[in-house]
Amino acid sequence: MAENTFMVEIVTPERILYKDEIQFLVAPGVEGELGVMKNHAPLVAALKIGVLRYKDAAGKPQQIALSGGFMEVVDNVGRILAETAEHGRDIDVLRAKAARERAERRLAQQSEEVNYTRARMALQRAIARIKASEPSI
Amino acid sequence: MAAGTKEFKRRIASVKNTQQITKAMKMVAAAKLRRAQEAAEASRPYTETLQGTLARLAAVAYDVKHPLLDKREEIRKVGYILVTADRGLCGGFNTNLIRTASDTMREDERKIENGIIAVGRKGRDFFRKRSGNIDAEFVNLGDNVSYADAREIGQYVTNAYENGEVDEVYLVFARFVNALRQIPTVTKILPIETLSQEETAGEHNIDYLYEPSAEDILLTLLPRYIGSQIYNSMLESKASEHGARMTAMGNATENAGEIIDNLTLEMNKARQKAITDEILDIVGGAEALNK
Repeated sequence: MAENTFMVEIVTPERILYKDEIQFLVAPGVEGELGVMKNHAPLVAALKIGVLRYKDAAGKPQQIALSGGFMEVVDNVGRILAETAEHGRDIDVLRAKAARERAERRLAQQSEEVNYTRARMALQRAIARIKASEPSI
Repeated sequence: MAAGTKEFKRRIASVKNTQQITKAMKMVAAAKLRRAQEAAEASRPYTETLQGTLARLAAVAYDVKHPLLDKREEIRKVGYILVTADRGLCGGFNTNLIRTASDTMREDERKIENGIIAVGRKGRDFFRKRSGNIDAEFVNLGDNVSYADAREIGQYVTNAYENGEVDEVYLVFARFVNALRQIPTVTKILPIETLSQEETAGEHNIDYLYEPSAEDILLTLLPRYIGSQIYNSMLESKASEHGARMTAMGNATENAGEIIDNLTLEMNKARQKAITDEILDIVGGAEALNK
């Protein structure tokens, strides 16, 4: 195991999705992507819906879809809290694509009944999940 | 002889059937209780981190303004999120919660309008029949409490609060102590006012970078905080429900055992009496012949 790793925990209300040493992560901050490596300064950041990318202890790239939340980094422990989080490899791409189409259809409608904010959020979530399921570069 | 014991046998068999059902329900409740406790355990890291971060943010951004933090001058209506079970057969669990909710409303000296946000069928049914002041209902959520449900309830109450439909929101749920003890609890969740209480020294000395500002992060976290509080109360109530049901069904099984013992005793007595009577008859007959 490499020396330059730090601990990261990805926590949702229902469980701890991931807890392990990693080398490097890029989180979807609300004002742009945030890279974190070992010995990062203490940080609290709000995250938007998007894809969290990281390199695990073995240097393998991984992706996790997040539905927004926040990240706290202190003393080489990164903690990411999100309402939902999913490993890219666990995502059902067909379902995510169906969700994307559904949200797009809803957004295309001109109707009082559609909750556009909600539909937009659903669309972003679907896009994040599709992205996370695709192999990273 | 036959008529007496037959009746007893029938009754014993019937009680035994009931006992088997209560015993099975007890074991199911015990298994579900374990799962509910595990779920509560699993939610703790999230809640604790969220609360810690909020307290820290609140200390930095103490003058932040947000509708959810605003205490209103005039309170016209109070909302109660009442978390009960969907099903009965769990002792006084639902009754206690409903009583706590109605007592709280009655004892409120401000004498203002109340609304119930019913989570769980039992609470809804009661208030629908009694006073009909149900603002919203979330029923048949099942045994596995999901965060998505909690978030939906959270969205409903924050909307209602921001639109001025309610001016305060309380949670009524059963705090789980152990299978024998569940404490009905009422806590205020809106407006949020407990953020900066846990100011612990030392930790605040860390100089955090905030991205974006501490205020902005705090504001995005507030709705999540409401959601996580509701989620926790649902988990607690769920564990309490199964604990209460386990205890109630355990008692029922014991009582059934007692009834069976009593009935068996009565049946044996009746049988012996029948035998004695018969012997007496025979002896009496023989005596009569001897004379």
